[in-house]
Amino acid sequence: MKNILFAAMALMVLAGCSTTPTEAPVEDKSAMATPATTPSTGASTTGTNTAGVSGATGSGTDPRKDPSNILYKRSVYFDFDSFVVDPQYKSIIEAHAKYLVANPAAKVTLQGHADERGSREYNIALGQKRADAVKRMMTLLGVRETIVETVSFGEEKSKNPGHDEAAWAENRRVDIVYVGE
Amino acid sequence: MHRTLRFVAAVLALTLLPFAAARAQLTIEIVGGAGTAIPISIVPFGGESVFPLGISGIVAADLARSGMFRLIGSDNVNPRPVRADDVKSDVWRARGADAVVVGSMQPLPDGRVDVRVALVDVVKSSTLTTMNYTVKPAQFRATAHKIADVIYEKLTGDPGVFSTRIAYITKSGPRYQLLVADADGSDPQTIVTSNEPLLSPRWSPDGTRIAYVSLEAKKPVVYVQNLATGSRQAVANFRGSNSSPAWSPDGRRLAVTLTKDGGSQLYVMNADGGNAQRVMSSSAIDTEAYFTPDGQSILFTSDRGGSPQIYRLTLGSGAVERLTFDGSYNVSARPYPDGKGFVFVRRDGGRFQIATQDFATRQVQVLTSGPGDESPSLAPNGKLILYANEVGGRGILAAVSSDGRVKQRLIGTGSDVREPAWGPYAR
Repeated sequence: MKNILFAAMALMVLAGCSTTPTEAPVEDKSAMATPATTPSTGASTTGTNTAGVSGATGSGTDPRKDPSNILYKRSVYFDFDSFVVDPQYKSIIEAHAKYLVANPAAKVTLQGHADERGSREYNIALGQKRADAVKRMMTLLGVRETIVETVSFGEEKSKNPGHDEAAWAENRRVDIVYVGE
Repeated sequence: MHRTLRFVAAVLALTLLPFAAARAQLTIEIVGGAGTAIPISIVPFGGESVFPLGISGIVAADLARSGMFRLIGSDNVNPRPVRADDVKSDVWRARGADAVVVGSMQPLPDGRVDVRVALVDVVKSSTLTTMNYTVKPAQFRATAHKIADVIYEKLTGDPGVFSTRIAYITKSGPRYQLLVADADGSDPQTIVTSNEPLLSPRWSPDGTRIAYVSLEAKKPVVYVQNLATGSRQAVANFRGSNSSPAWSPDGRRLAVTLTKDGGSQLYVMNADGGNAQRVMSSSAIDTEAYFTPDGQSILFTSDRGGSPQIYRLTLGSGAVERLTFDGSYNVSARPYPDGKGFVFVRRDGGRFQIATQDFATRQVQVLTSGPGDESPSLAPNGKLILYANEVGGRGILAAVSSDGRVKQRLIGTGSDVREPAWGPYAR
């Protein structure tokens, strides 16, 4: 499985140049409706920091806060029990990797998540493995290892509070969060 | 047999009224009992009725809740026996009792109370034990648990756990709390309150500290908190995630899962922080460490074989042995105090169940039916397993005897209850 993953990432590195960032934002409006920068279940202190994101994009200078920019997309979703990055998310990871390479002051935390089924402690490790998989892709794309911290919230911070397959699919994810935003 | 024991709430209303409203009280419901429950009568103690909170009622409730005893009524026995010599065996045997508990409560001039209790075997017409305590009324509840512990041990051969405490996490709206309560759910005390998730509470072997994981720093950090003082220390706060603490049997070290060197890997560190040493290297997930009672090895969960399974690491040699083979998801192993086996969580189809496995024979016994059973925690006598189960999207605590015959539900009020941890014997 690991070999396949590396092969896929190598392909992505090659394909990276030809991917145009403009083609991606069309497909997923849900990511724009719910700002993915902050888990909705988070503490109130988190919410205030990003209050301006969903409303005023008028500042315009920060592409990460522009809903029409691919950098606005912050979530990578995973299959059940899986930590393999689905190819459909490669353009998002590539865009953030490019941004990080171009902006040496920027740092990110990759927050891994799992759905609610099974052991809470094992789910922390599963979320971590997902975050690590995204990090590995970013470092292969030239991002310095030291500016990416991977952490996991396990099953503790659901994006969708439901208890069905649709909810679980939304909760198996990695969120890309820039330090200080 | 569905019997709900509401006595806890009633007693609390008397003793803890100012605090009770703010706390999540657990009520215990017995949903199945041992087929061989011992018939016992707990006779109200002489002089007990002058006290608002008695002792015999709590003793009776403790014993009934264990599922190992069946209570036999003592109504209309005149005169009411208060000493062993007063017990007429034939009267009680006619009622179906094998054992009778009698006692007296005599106020002393200094405000304390002289409590005398006798346990009589009415089959053999012999006194099994007598107990004598001089206590303040505020100690009645604790005294009752001690008496129940003695009776339980005399009649079953195993130490009682009625004087022990449990810890658990509640979620109420956005608020998470770590609470410590008596084993019967009474007297819950809030230890930590946070707006971010709390998980993995673990008692130190001496019962003075609890290790747990908090996400308040926007990542998992392991804390150790002193129960008496409330002071706490972040003992594992490395780059990445810090999770799954487990105490060594001597209380000096913690096994933890850290990702600071890449991947979720097992480390052992000082319980007061520092000196984190990696105990094993793998390219897979290694987590959920738990020391065996002899401190010589660690049970853990790893996906190194392609699915999460339980393994044992021998610390001296570094040897690793896979323990579970049946099914594609076996996690959360906790060894029995006698070192002969472990309890764990298995997935069967989509159902998560509590099961137990013997080290020597590898025989697995499934104890619960699921569907959402997790976080098992063994009583210090190894006879009961406390675990979390989800009913209708809401977490409750439940307990099952290690032979699977006795089942209990502990129902909280108004909040989601999870992550139970049974404390050690009281010292």
